[in-house]
Amino acid sequence: MRVKFFRLIPHPLTTNYSLTDYRLSRRLKGGGKVRLTGAQAIVKSLEKEGVEIIFGIPGGPLLFIHDALYDSKIHHILMRHEQCAAHAADGYARATGKVGVCMATSGPGATNLVTGIANAHMDSIPLVAITGQVPTPVIGTDAFQEADITGITLPIVKHSYLVKDANELPRVVKEAFYIASTGRPGPVLIDVPRDVSQAVINYKYPESVDLPGYKPTYRGHAKQIRQAAKAIIEAQRPIIYAGGGVILSDAAEDLKELAELTQIHVTTTLMGKGAFPETHPLSLGMLGMHGSKYANYTMNESDLIIAIGARFDDRVTGKLSEFARNAKVIHIDIDPAEISKSVFTHIPIVGDAKNVLRALIVAIRKLLEQEKMADRSAWDAQIREWKKKNPLHYKQDGNLKPQFVVEQIYDLTKDRNTIITTGIGQNQMWAAQYYKVTKPRTFLSSGGLGTMGFGMPAAIGAQFGRPDATVVVIDGDGSFQMVSQDLATAIYNKLPINICILNNGYLGMVRQWQELFYKKRYAAVDLAVGTPDFVKLAEAYGAMGLRVTKPEEVRPALEKAIASPKTVVIDFVIAREENVFPMVAPGAPISQMIGGDEE
Amino acid sequence: MKHTISALVENKPGVLARISGLFRRRGFNIHSLAVGPTENPEISRMTIVVDLEERPLEQVTKQLYKLINVIKISDLDPRESVERELVLIKVNAPAQVRPEIIEIVDIFRAKIIDVSRTTLTVEVTGTEDKVRAMEDLLRPYGIRELARTGKVALLRGGKAGG
Repeated sequence: MRVKFFRLIPHPLTTNYSLTDYRLSRRLKGGGKVRLTGAQAIVKSLEKEGVEIIFGIPGGPLLFIHDALYDSKIHHILMRHEQCAAHAADGYARATGKVGVCMATSGPGATNLVTGIANAHMDSIPLVAITGQVPTPVIGTDAFQEADITGITLPIVKHSYLVKDANELPRVVKEAFYIASTGRPGPVLIDVPRDVSQAVINYKYPESVDLPGYKPTYRGHAKQIRQAAKAIIEAQRPIIYAGGGVILSDAAEDLKELAELTQIHVTTTLMGKGAFPETHPLSLGMLGMHGSKYANYTMNESDLIIAIGARFDDRVTGKLSEFARNAKVIHIDIDPAEISKSVFTHIPIVGDAKNVLRALIVAIRKLLEQEKMADRSAWDAQIREWKKKNPLHYKQDGNLKPQFVVEQIYDLTKDRNTIITTGIGQNQMWAAQYYKVTKPRTFLSSGGLGTMGFGMPAAIGAQFGRPDATVVVIDGDGSFQMVSQDLATAIYNKLPINICILNNGYLGMVRQWQELFYKKRYAAVDLAVGTPDFVKLAEAYGAMGLRVTKPEEVRPALEKAIASPKTVVIDFVIAREENVFPMVAPGAPISQMIGGDEE
Repeated sequence: MKHTISALVENKPGVLARISGLFRRRGFNIHSLAVGPTENPEISRMTIVVDLEERPLEQVTKQLYKLINVIKISDLDPRESVERELVLIKVNAPAQVRPEIIEIVDIFRAKIIDVSRTTLTVEVTGTEDKVRAMEDLLRPYGIRELARTGKVALLRGGKAGG
């Protein structure tokens, strides 16, 4: 149901000129060739790639490109910080499945993108970052606003280009989008020196790419798939462990089919939230450090782990040497380097999750014509008992509990077309624990890098990508303050995002670790002094600000926010020292979870 | 344990940085690295000797393959490949020991490529063992300077490796 009215407002820099008019006016005579500047070539190529929106901030070496954008139908969203530009492009990509594009100028603009690029890299998000660079003759001379951004980002990009010849631009843009969006997706950076964007070239956009060193494997090996099917049918205590790869390959429906066909329970990673409906009877929710006890127990006691688009991250496995010792592992992943990286894989299947799942389902169906699925009634009964005995739990004591806030957000938005984004830390884990996600691309969180401040800019990108969605940021006071300047971006674009700050006046997750593992020595975590009044801050930007201090105020405030067409900031003043439980202590096995018991 | 990896890569700016950076951040130790263009000027061959203690070779090759500019990786088995290293050794050679040094050079089929009143500069080519033996024999005379190319290697016979 479309409740809020929302539309893209034209960017002040866009005009009614079409690129075609512009190009015609500039087309030089001679062989019918299209003559464009490097900057125009970039913009034209972006249009060919179907780019609709770019998040960025201009600057000297980037000016030709912004000038060319002035004539394009591509929206350029002026951000207030480049990190937010990268996160917004990232959030856009996560919400839509398209490639997100961000842009920053040379030097500090480019270095400000770094965190956002690293974030996209860790979570395999397709992103193209375009940076301005000082003119080629002065590269390497420590010129004003020069930074070696291709060097700086080398470990955190899927690939990068420093373009020194404008004639290469069309090919580079084509390759960048291809590399970013295929195989295991990731960020690609294009660094464009000022003189290269100014140079005039004969423009022709290539139809295909020629990358001898890049041939992702999409189809799983047939024999491995047959072996996997057999192992699945024979397993006594199987579990499906699904990650972000399922969402990236649009395989959620196929995963559901596999789970229902085999009646195997599914746990997901944080990145996998949305890969399988958490309301489904076979769902075990999230596993890992703050996962459900029953997910971790099931994983640890299993005899077969069917890993799909997940990478056995340390937050999932806990102490590696004690992780699921009796389990055989089937690992489906498009990145061969993930196979047996940290957990030994018995049956590796390199390929795209969707393709492999389709083939696996066929193979299982075929096998089921001759064989019967192993009897797993004891295993299923055990899982049911774990679920019954160890539900997620928090204490209701009259104070405003963050878990209660998330439950209320869930209750009010679950039947809508909703996208949740999160900050990092306790807020993120409460969101992950108490918001039951049912659809892919609706829970956007910084998984690998754990980037504080991801929530709001990602929400900006998501709302642009999905104007019809109700976008809710579940944030922390610490995370929010790392990006609060971009409230301005939300306001001037009239984005009706709802920013719910779970405000405990602490860097809460750090404080929790200090409480549990550092003898309550709360060093450098108290944010209470100096933190602004979030209601006034919101109002200063022109947003609606609401404050909630009591449980009974939660629902009315949320209802008001969701109904409002404005950007809303809700300051939920929560119980200060509430902890995220259950928890696997760092370095402990996942079978040993602390806290979260019912009294 | 040492492994010799032969990598065919696109001859493009920054490829060496990408590869050496990958070794650094993944904690793989490079023992030696030799690079140069192949018969095809668009393709370079890198011969990398890696010292693998903890990480399996498989992880190294898979991570290398993830680099867009890397075309082919081969792990060269010493039994199936020929490998050579070239070392230049400048050794003290006063008149009284000069004949001894020249004899060692002859035995190893090395070459004297520069002579001064007090030194000889020797070029020796061969396997790691041969080069090490030569180095050991020359050390007592006093090695003034030494430069090595790092190992280069190819598969034996008609097979084409990485």
